Amino acid sequence: MTEFDAATAAVQAALDAGARYADARVMHRRYESMTARNGEIESVSQDESAGLGVRALVGSGWGFYAVPDLGGAAARAAGERAARIAAASGRVAGPGSSLLPVPASTGSWHSPCRIDPLSVPLADKGDLLVRATALSREHGADQAEGIYQIWDTRKWFVSSEGHRIDQHIRECGAGISATVIGDGETQRRSYPRYRGQYGTRGWELVEELDLTAHAARIAEEARELVTAPLCPAGETTLILGSEQMALQIHESVGHAIELDRILGWEAALAGTSWLDLRQLGTLRYGSELMNITIDPTIPGALGSFGFDDEGTPAVKRDAVREGRWVGTLAGRDSAAVAGLDYAGSVRSDGWARLPMVRMTNVGLEPGPHTLEEIIAATDDGILMDVNRSWSIDDRRLNFQFGCEIAWEVKNGRRGRMLRNPTYTGIGPLFWRSMDMLSSEIVVWGTPNCGKGQPTQIGHTGHPAAPARFTGVRVGVRG
Amino acid sequence: MTTPLDLAGQVVDLVRRLAGPGAEAEVSAEDAEHALTRFANSYIHQNVAERGTTVRLRLHLDGRTASGSSTVVGADGLRNLVERTVAAARNSPPDPEWPGLTPPTTPDGAGIWDEATAAASAGERAERVREFVDAAGGLEVAGYCRTGWREAAFANTAGHAVTGRVTEAAMEGIARCDGADGAARCGSVRLADLSGVVLGARAAVKARAGVAPVELPPGRYEVVLEPTAVADLLQNLAMYGFNGKAYNERRSFAEPGTEQFDRAVTLVDDALSAPALPFDAEGTPRAPHALVEHGVTTAVAHDRRTAARAGTTSTGHAVPDRAAAGAIPLHLGLLPAESPNGTTRASEVSGPVVDSDAAALVAGVRRGLLVTDFWYTRVLDPRSLVVTGLTRNGVWLIENGEVTTAVRNLRFTQSYPRALAPGAVLGVGRHATLQSWTFSDAWWSAPALRLASWNFTGGASG
Repeated sequence: MTEFDAATAAVQAALDAGARYADARVMHRRYESMTARNGEIESVSQDESAGLGVRALVGSGWGFYAVPDLGGAAARAAGERAARIAAASGRVAGPGSSLLPVPASTGSWHSPCRIDPLSVPLADKGDLLVRATALSREHGADQAEGIYQIWDTRKWFVSSEGHRIDQHIRECGAGISATVIGDGETQRRSYPRYRGQYGTRGWELVEELDLTAHAARIAEEARELVTAPLCPAGETTLILGSEQMALQIHESVGHAIELDRILGWEAALAGTSWLDLRQLGTLRYGSELMNITIDPTIPGALGSFGFDDEGTPAVKRDAVREGRWVGTLAGRDSAAVAGLDYAGSVRSDGWARLPMVRMTNVGLEPGPHTLEEIIAATDDGILMDVNRSWSIDDRRLNFQFGCEIAWEVKNGRRGRMLRNPTYTGIGPLFWRSMDMLSSEIVVWGTPNCGKGQPTQIGHTGHPAAPARFTGVRVGVRG
Repeated sequence: MTTPLDLAGQVVDLVRRLAGPGAEAEVSAEDAEHALTRFANSYIHQNVAERGTTVRLRLHLDGRTASGSSTVVGADGLRNLVERTVAAARNSPPDPEWPGLTPPTTPDGAGIWDEATAAASAGERAERVREFVDAAGGLEVAGYCRTGWREAAFANTAGHAVTGRVTEAAMEGIARCDGADGAARCGSVRLADLSGVVLGARAAVKARAGVAPVELPPGRYEVVLEPTAVADLLQNLAMYGFNGKAYNERRSFAEPGTEQFDRAVTLVDDALSAPALPFDAEGTPRAPHALVEHGVTTAVAHDRRTAARAGTTSTGHAVPDRAAAGAIPLHLGLLPAESPNGTTRASEVSGPVVDSDAAALVAGVRRGLLVTDFWYTRVLDPRSLVVTGLTRNGVWLIENGEVTTAVRNLRFTQSYPRALAPGAVLGVGRHATLQSWTFSDAWWSAPALRLASWNFTGGASG
């Protein structure tokens, strides 16, 4: 029995058990990771996971059941069980559920990959992490850490509407960090970001990072931070580097435009959104420099795919255009409730998880400046970069973010290093204060976005560039 | 039917055959079913269940170590798991700190099992959701009810083999009233312990009492933290403070032998009282483990690797798939103050205060804040354990021992150990409630807590 056969059997069983719609996904994933510390390998792990998840709609109730067995009998039993669970949902029924009508897609897609990351010898990958962390250690890190992760995922999707799609997505990435223990506190520097940079690419991504070239620098910077002056407290002009901008976009735009949050479906845990659908198309989210797109078609970005996990083909669309909110991240069910005419942002983190609204690649279009021009145009401010901590309220408004490193900016020049930089604000007020934006876009990959119950870990991409904000409160501390 | 112990034994045999008698291997096998019925806008919108078996193998061969896992557990799948883990170990760099295997040891019990919870249907979960919705009296509600069971076995090439099984159930939800949310939650090994009626009513009372909040200026306030908020303290203390790996690397504040906390603080990790297996990921039997006794830090949590580095023995805190994260006490509890009449539960009270325990603490506060939940807490510095986060699901001003008015959510930036430092704890509730952690299998046991000072650094508007 092929994977398509198993998925088809599950869908048919759900229909036979009373479902008016059903879909099923078979997924097979191989995962490999390695961590190193202070020049020695700390852990090596290779995991394999395979199974089938089937979703059924009975009346207005949804049900989902997942099993690791891909045999025909197990697949049919899973379809029946999903329909029974859906029927139980009807005991506390809501308004009638429907799905945004879409053409049934068929097709295959695979991510670009020049060097298969699972085929690179473990010894070579280990040598890289050992070399980089040893170098950091030699240059002053008390704890030098390195990590790489690889995901190799194949999916087969079938729906009762005629979808029939298979995809092969390979993702990988790596990173290093150096920690120095100070007097009562620690300082950390990472390259290119804490726990690494990731994409839907092959091992060539890791080679391009050139970890060892940055190992000494991050250790030296961490040591320098221990004795650097504290980031002053007060209101100032803030320049953010592109890595921190990726986090800013992820937390204060990406999650806020998730349609399931806007509709209240995540109210009890992840929260809702400050956005009101009645303001879609008119609300001023940020300054006119702010153009944010939802684009799962970016080659090699971590949030890229050919089809989402409801079978909707990847399409680029606007979320914020010249500062005005114009788009959401939607699925077929949430779009139908909201009266929107597009979906395409639904994914699950494995065969055992229900597909739900997730970010794809949500990021900025380039601005007209460069980072050096932004610094040169700033008389008095602070430049911060590389995220260290992040906290935001359940409506995605009130945030406080901390960075690993900052520098004074005085009279158009980068000055002394500052430690423990933090800044806080209210999302739309912050974005409306953005008055300079760089053209130097980097597409950052975030492989650890938690959402949903049971928890799912999403992989998202974020095109981001350095930007300047005015009147920002900085230096908050306990 | 193949049991988890059969699977673990098969993998141990395969290791011996494919890697030779010198290989050291530890294998865990777990068969589990988890189901979760989720509601929002007062109806069930997601309803999921999964059944699966996972086998994990850690192998030490010729001085090198590798790990692997698989959900493909037929004969071919297990052979593939062993072959690729053997190959990975042979290609890995040397592991000079391999701590060896757990010797044969007998755990204390086999876990807590409730047949009715193991067999719970989607209909039974939906019934509790119905109760929650109805008890909220027309307010919009959201939350979940979940049930699950796990049967697990551990075996290693040193001849150690143990089994255990456990059930778990949890329900939590919010009620929403004119922009105010009220929350209630409960966890147990038995679904029968969960009442949608009680939880829905409590959430609704809190939501109604949270309407029309005032905005208070940031600053230091005395606080009464309800058990739901105290759970966040325990989570962060467990992850960053009492983690043996963080301790070894000097990233933790913990200094065993030092009076780092108020005398009212006693912290014990006790997996045997929670819905947890009686052994850890390395097969080490779990037992109650005191981390702080009457304010004095006494220990941290260790797995075999962190213990070897610290020159001690494992305390049974190895976490599956989390070697890099360290050894974490995932069943941490703050011991409640002694109950004079020996009751095991606090009683219900009227108004927004969660129960009679918290109400007794509120009664002693001249001016302060009552906090239901902390939300999105993140560590600014692990060593000082300075954490930022927000309040959620209800904050109220306390004046002269009475709750007087609802307050808008506040942001805080606070060192958790400093908040619990000697002289800082003004009262501990007499009963602890069991709560599951949103993002993992951890369970926290927390009473209400009255603290002299909490550093609020921002209001709802920035």
